[in-house]
Amino acid sequence: MSAMPEAGLPVATPRRTWRSGVVSRVISSVFGIVGTILAASFVIFAALSFAPGDPVAQILGAKATDKARAAKAAELGLDDPLVVRYWHWLTSVMHGDLGTSFTYREDVTKLVEPRLETTFLLVLMAALMMLVVGIALGLLGGISERWRPYVSAAAGLGISVPTFVASSVLISVFAVQLGWFPTYGAGEGFADRVKHLVLPAVALSVSYGAYVTQLSAAAVREEACKEHVMTSRGRGIPGRRIIFRHLLRNASLPVMTASGLAIAGLVAGAVVVEQAFAIDGIGSLLIASISSKDYPVVLAVSLVVVVVFVAVMTIIDVAQVLLDPRQREGK
Amino acid sequence: MATIAMNGATVAPTERRPKDWLLIISSVVCALVALLAAVGAFIAPHSPNQTDVLAASLGPSGQHWFGTDGIGRDIFSRVLYGARISCAAAGIIVLGSGCLGTALAIFSAWSGGWVDRALNRVLNVMFAVPGILVAVLASAVFGAGFWAPALALTIVYAPFYARVVRSAAVRECAMPYVEGLRLAGLSSWRICTRHVLRNVLPMVLAQATIAFGSALVDFAAVSFIGLGVQPPTSEWGLMVADGRAEILSGAPQQSLAAGVCIVVTVVAFNVLGDRLSARHGVQR
Repeated sequence: MSAMPEAGLPVATPRRTWRSGVVSRVISSVFGIVGTILAASFVIFAALSFAPGDPVAQILGAKATDKARAAKAAELGLDDPLVVRYWHWLTSVMHGDLGTSFTYREDVTKLVEPRLETTFLLVLMAALMMLVVGIALGLLGGISERWRPYVSAAAGLGISVPTFVASSVLISVFAVQLGWFPTYGAGEGFADRVKHLVLPAVALSVSYGAYVTQLSAAAVREEACKEHVMTSRGRGIPGRRIIFRHLLRNASLPVMTASGLAIAGLVAGAVVVEQAFAIDGIGSLLIASISSKDYPVVLAVSLVVVVVFVAVMTIIDVAQVLLDPRQREGK
Repeated sequence: MATIAMNGATVAPTERRPKDWLLIISSVVCALVALLAAVGAFIAPHSPNQTDVLAASLGPSGQHWFGTDGIGRDIFSRVLYGARISCAAAGIIVLGSGCLGTALAIFSAWSGGWVDRALNRVLNVMFAVPGILVAVLASAVFGAGFWAPALALTIVYAPFYARVVRSAAVRECAMPYVEGLRLAGLSSWRICTRHVLRNVLPMVLAQATIAFGSALVDFAAVSFIGLGVQPPTSEWGLMVADGRAEILSGAPQQSLAAGVCIVVTVVAFNVLGDRLSARHGVQR
């Protein structure tokens, strides 16, 4: 982004101020991200270390001798204090080693990677549906007086439909009764996978789409009441041009914030929807590993979810600063 | 063709407002849900766990209003019993997080300075972890059941109150009357609890009403996943999950009944909460 100030003005000072504003914000947000992820991962790590279950017994089986158990515990570093264990875990994560699964006896990375792809595709499809339908309806409800009550009723209803209820209804109607889509699973190959993920993506996007609709309708409506729009109308600028040139541009910022938050929500919601449709993504992996007390996997998946969540939130923050000149000043 | 909504015309503060039907309906539904959650177990026509394999997956009838599930249990009775667990969980979450969040917010606003900044940092970290993940992890550590997800969600919801209430409390603490009270020699504790808290309370209540719906959904979601309340207890999220096998054989009544209950409850509480927060000027 190189936004040049208008020619003829003394450029040096204002440019430096907002540049340094951006730089300091980037630095502080990087610190914020790293700090947040470290703090969250430490809390999760510490909490899981209090979880019931004995990893040594899980690896060696119930029949192992005490000596073998003690050796294994020492090998895994289970006797070390919590902070030391966290440090070991953290450093190996930095090297790309997420540990070894107790139940699958496999690298956690190998378990996570293919499932992450599935979940990514699911969230991507849901995000696209959510953004296209949500924003379109939001604009309709914000701009058109006639459609407003219907849009706001639909959004109010949609936001109250939990993912798992939407999943059950969609399976019942479109998979069982109409037979248009498969009932569960993630499918093989790209086309089949997309077909399998249509219903889950719809289920996932319903309530967040409604949220986006509500917020974008409110943003457009608020903008429509502003003086500059009235002035433009008074000056006889055609309505369509006002909408596209002035209204939507200004309303896009809150819409983007809402969309970002909603996408972060989709990532978390994927855990539920994957369970509902028996999709083999990281959400299902998380639940399965909790049930089988496979803590390295639980820890790794939690870390992935937190990192993605924080990344999405940070992208919103940064995008806001870049798009809104008022925030660039680094107030 | 779309026309720009020019809703700038300010409505004059009329003496008699037109009746707000949505507010009335939503209040009635909320009260009804609360009532059914309280007394539902006494008025249920059947025992929630009484199975009857010969009467499995029946449609709605005079004897079974919502039909029966896959092992012949009366769905209407199970919905009534489920209301108690689901609403109790949501109530506990909302109450606990409301107290926690409000206390933190007022403490933070009153102290200001580094305490305020430090608490803000902590809250930001808490925002960075999705609620459902915390609830699920709590079940991993403390075992699946009612309390682990309920308490975890209580902690997760506290920052949402704290953020809204803090900004209100900061405004409140800057008011001249607070300075006056302080000069009059009242203790901080007394000013905070008797005056500041009392003035932000309507906002807390509005926030709690909205949070009730999401708390209900999140708790039900954990049960749906299988890490919350365990069968054969009837809980709405668990019923939606239980009904999945029956959906595949074309009998969706169990999932549908519980799902509709959740949606109706959440809509009612959301509408009521929106109205309340509009009335008390909460910025969302």
